[in-house]
Amino acid sequence: MLKNRIIPCLDVKNGRVVKGINFVELKDAGDPVEQAKIYSDGGADEICFLDITASNENRETIVDIVRKTAKECFVPLTVGGGVRTIQNITDLLLAGADKVSINTAAVKNVDFVKEASKKFGSQCIVVAIDAKQVSENKWEVFTHGGRNKTGIDAVDFAKKVEENGAGEILLTSMDKDGTKSGYDVDLLRTITNSTNIPVIASGGVGTLDHLYDGIVKGGASAVLAASIFHYGEYKIKDAKEYLNSKNVSVRL
Amino acid sequence: MNVTIVDYQSGNISSVINSFTEVAKGKVYLEVTSDIKKIKSSDKIVLPGQGSFKSCVDSLNSISGLADTLKEFAITNKKPLLGICVGLQMFADIGYEEAETKGLGWISGKVSKIDNQKGKFKLPHIGWNEIEIKKESKIFKQIKNKSHMYFVHSYEFIPEDKSVISATTNYSSNIVCSVERDNLFGTQFHPEKSDKIGLKVIDNFLKL
Repeated sequence: MLKNRIIPCLDVKNGRVVKGINFVELKDAGDPVEQAKIYSDGGADEICFLDITASNENRETIVDIVRKTAKECFVPLTVGGGVRTIQNITDLLLAGADKVSINTAAVKNVDFVKEASKKFGSQCIVVAIDAKQVSENKWEVFTHGGRNKTGIDAVDFAKKVEENGAGEILLTSMDKDGTKSGYDVDLLRTITNSTNIPVIASGGVGTLDHLYDGIVKGGASAVLAASIFHYGEYKIKDAKEYLNSKNVSVRL
Repeated sequence: MNVTIVDYQSGNISSVINSFTEVAKGKVYLEVTSDIKKIKSSDKIVLPGQGSFKSCVDSLNSISGLADTLKEFAITNKKPLLGICVGLQMFADIGYEEAETKGLGWISGKVSKIDNQKGKFKLPHIGWNEIEIKKESKIFKQIKNKSHMYFVHSYEFIPEDKSVISATTNYSSNIVCSVERDNLFGTQFHPEKSDKIGLKVIDNFLKL
C-alpha cells in the first residue's frame, strides 16, 4: 500500500535557512545541508527546499546547497522558488534535485510546464499553486507570496497544469499559511477531487491533527509542513507515530 | 572492480551517481559514460532511465552500437546489469508510452499504463510503497519483506514469464517492481532514493 508522505520544508534565503530548527545538536542553525540531513535521518519521506532569495545574483547558492545535500541525503529532494527557465531546471537537476517546483512561471505561461515535463519527464515537475479564497467554494491563484491576484480560478488552473504534464501539485492556502490553524481542507478536497495527480498539502499546520486532516479529510497524498518541525515542537517520527495510531498509513 | 553507469542522456541521473558513489566509496571504481569501449571492459553496468519509455529508447538507440554492446554484456555474456525505472522497463519487447515503441527485447513482455481504475488511484504512483518479495534475490540480501522503497512512475512492466518477477508492490493492482534472471536485474523503484534500505540494494548489487 502506498504510504502518505511527510515532507518537511526548509525556507532558504541567500544560502541560509530562515526559521531554522532549534535543536541543541545543531552545529550551525542556518546550514540547510545539516538540517536536511537531520530530517532525512529522522525519517522524512522527502525534503523540500524553498528558495526565497530575492535577488538573481544569489541564485547560484541554492544550486550549491542542493549539490551538497544530494551527496548526503538519499531521499527525494524537491526544490522550488524562482524556477523560471529550462536552464534553471537543468541546473537544479544536475546538482542532484529530484523534482523542481514551478510557481509564477507556470501561471504566466502554462506552456512552460508542458515544455519542462516533456524535456525532463512529469516525474520531476511539480507545480506549486498558491490559492486564496474569494467566495464560497471559490479560490483564486495568487503569485508573489500571495500579493498578486491573477484572476485565475484555482480548480481550472490545477486541471490545466495536469493536462500540461505536471506530475504533482503543491497546493498552498494563502489564507492559512503561517496561521497554524490547519490546512484549508475544503480547498484541498476540491482540488484533489478535480484532478488525478497527487496533491501535496501546504500552509497552516500547527498540530499533528492538522496533518491527519490534510490526508483524511482533504485527500492529500503528502503533507508538507515547516514550522512545527523547525522549532522542534515535533519530530518527523512523532508525526508518523501519531498518524499511524490513527490508522493513516505511513512509512515507519 | 569497474562499474559503469550508462550516461545516454536519459534524463536526470545525478541521484544515481550520488548514491552509487556513496556506496562504492573506495571499494569500486565508478565510471559514468556512454563510451562503448569502457562499457565493454566494465565488470557491472547500471542502466538508469527517466522520462518516457520512448524518449529513453530513442536516446539509447541514438548512440551507435550501444544497444548491441549492452545486449552482448548482459544477455550473451551474462554479466551483471541493473536497470532502474525506465532502465528496467526497456528490457521489454514493447512499450506504449507516448507511442508504441520497440524495447530491447531482453525479457519478453510489455510496458503499459498502470490501470488506475478510472481515476480511483492517482497517477503517477509517487511515494513509498512496500515490496512483496516473490523469490530469493541476490540484490535483496538482508532486505526484509515489506521494506519500503520509493516509486515514481505511471507505466508498469508486465513480463510474460512470471518466474522472472522477484518482487511486486500493491497499488491499484499488484505491480511488478523487480525482476531477476541470471545476472540481469531490474527495479521499478528507485534504490538511489530509497534511503538506507535502497543503498543496501545498491550495495548488494556491487557485491555480486
